[in-house]
Amino acid sequence: MGSFLSQLSQSWGNIGSALVITVEGTIGGAILALVLAFVLGLMALSRFVVVRGVARTIIEFFRGTSLYVQLFWLYFALPVLGFKISSALLCAIIAFGLNFGAYGAEVVRGAINAVPRAQWEGAIALNMSPFQRMRLVILPQAWVAMIPPFNNLLIQLLKSTPLMSLVTIADLTFEAQQLRSATGQTAWSYLFLLVVYFILAYILTLLMNALESVAKARLGRGTGLRGIFRMRPADPTGKSLGAGLAGAGTEIEPVEAANLTSKTMGAGGPGGGGV
Amino acid sequence: MATEPKIPDLSEVDTPPNLPTGTPMVQFDKVVKRFGDNVVLDHLDFSVEQGERVTLIGPSGSGKTTILRLLMTLERINDGVIYVEGQPLSHMDRGGKLVPANERYLSTVRKKIGMVFQQFNLFPNMKVLENVIEAPVHVLGVPKDEAVERAKKLLDLVGLADRVGQHPTSLSGGQQQRVAIARALAMQPDVLLLDEVTSALDPELVADVLNVLRDIARTTTITMLIVTHEMHFARDVSNRILMFDKGRIVEEGAPDKIFSEPENDRTQTFLRAVLEER
Repeated sequence: MGSFLSQLSQSWGNIGSALVITVEGTIGGAILALVLAFVLGLMALSRFVVVRGVARTIIEFFRGTSLYVQLFWLYFALPVLGFKISSALLCAIIAFGLNFGAYGAEVVRGAINAVPRAQWEGAIALNMSPFQRMRLVILPQAWVAMIPPFNNLLIQLLKSTPLMSLVTIADLTFEAQQLRSATGQTAWSYLFLLVVYFILAYILTLLMNALESVAKARLGRGTGLRGIFRMRPADPTGKSLGAGLAGAGTEIEPVEAANLTSKTMGAGGPGGGGV
Repeated sequence: MATEPKIPDLSEVDTPPNLPTGTPMVQFDKVVKRFGDNVVLDHLDFSVEQGERVTLIGPSGSGKTTILRLLMTLERINDGVIYVEGQPLSHMDRGGKLVPANERYLSTVRKKIGMVFQQFNLFPNMKVLENVIEAPVHVLGVPKDEAVERAKKLLDLVGLADRVGQHPTSLSGGQQQRVAIARALAMQPDVLLLDEVTSALDPELVADVLNVLRDIARTTTITMLIVTHEMHFARDVSNRILMFDKGRIVEEGAPDKIFSEPENDRTQTFLRAVLEER
């Protein structure tokens, strides 16, 4: 224990820069994943079968192959074929972006589909173009439903960053292993690592909860920033969404509302949904 | 709103089109609409003149709401043609042939039509004022301050001038529906479609909404197609009643005639059922 602590304080500088690398990998990957999630998610909702097909292929491929293998492919295999990506960190960010972007695309698609059909129809009745419907009406509502699953993905992404240590990047996991070999304290080294990842994950969760509270407030519901610790019981009235979206007396969750409306509205597309 | 309604200045709200005489505002020409095997509209022919208020009545499933949804381009027709001011709505002219309309064409014809829905369909991501101004600003290109000014007039007309900054979710159903009416009027449609606009409301909230609509009917020349079960309202505002059954018009005429001495058996049965329920 004593040798562990003294080694820890000696290598504090290295651990600091390792923390920065881990955060860079997480944030960089998350930004790329977010962009890809929207691009692929919207493409997957297109009216055009070719566009949908391209999106589905990309999503299924990057969701269905291992992140570990994708990273190794970018870092070790691509240079053999003559494409060298300048830095290992950039390789990692691209791999994270592609992999988590594919998962995120399904979140985007699902959240957009869960916006009640009545909202599309309201937008059509005001003669909005397909792009305006999406931008002004649908996405601002779908966004709220995207945040909790995005938070899950963000934490998963953070917890995937130890893979970076396998492609020569000196991230937190790499430094913890250094600590372990220097002190022989396996348990303490990995406990330290667990705690640091947990703290990072919880900070991300609080930030995402704050984002969700703000987004909900813009829809005229939600509990303000006090809600970020998620200590409230479930809301059995479903007041969080019902009234405004689906109409008076039908206080139901968004997915159910979408199902209900699509059942009661019968067949036929909403005059060309999607963009 | 229960007191004597004030007569608002609606000169900006309503711009009656100068139609060549004899051109109906809305015309259905042998329109067929099917959902799967279920034929909802069966070669339907009817037309509505500019400024006319026509109420569609009939049992549920008789195709009334489908007519409004077709006019709003929320559904596509299976056969026949719908004309608005003599211009095909469901189709466009390409080299002398009518082909199904594309999105760009639809948007040019659809702007003549406005609709108020049973469930209001207000946008919860926008406050009351934004619900009314967003489409005029983004779709019609009205400058924002002008749109705000007009929206405030319209919200005043529906009795909600003091609610501009609120979220729709904080309003009662009746208030939400009145915002939805203002929102539809803000787009200056030639034809206003009212689809069971009071059916989702608690009984005590119905009167306010109907009074607003009576106001609009009395002070403008906007063409209205109304689907409602409020027979007194239908009688007050309509020039003509169309009785539907199984996708066809079984009887039509002035409200006095239809409500006092209906000729058709099914009209009689239907009206008896509806009026007894009240």
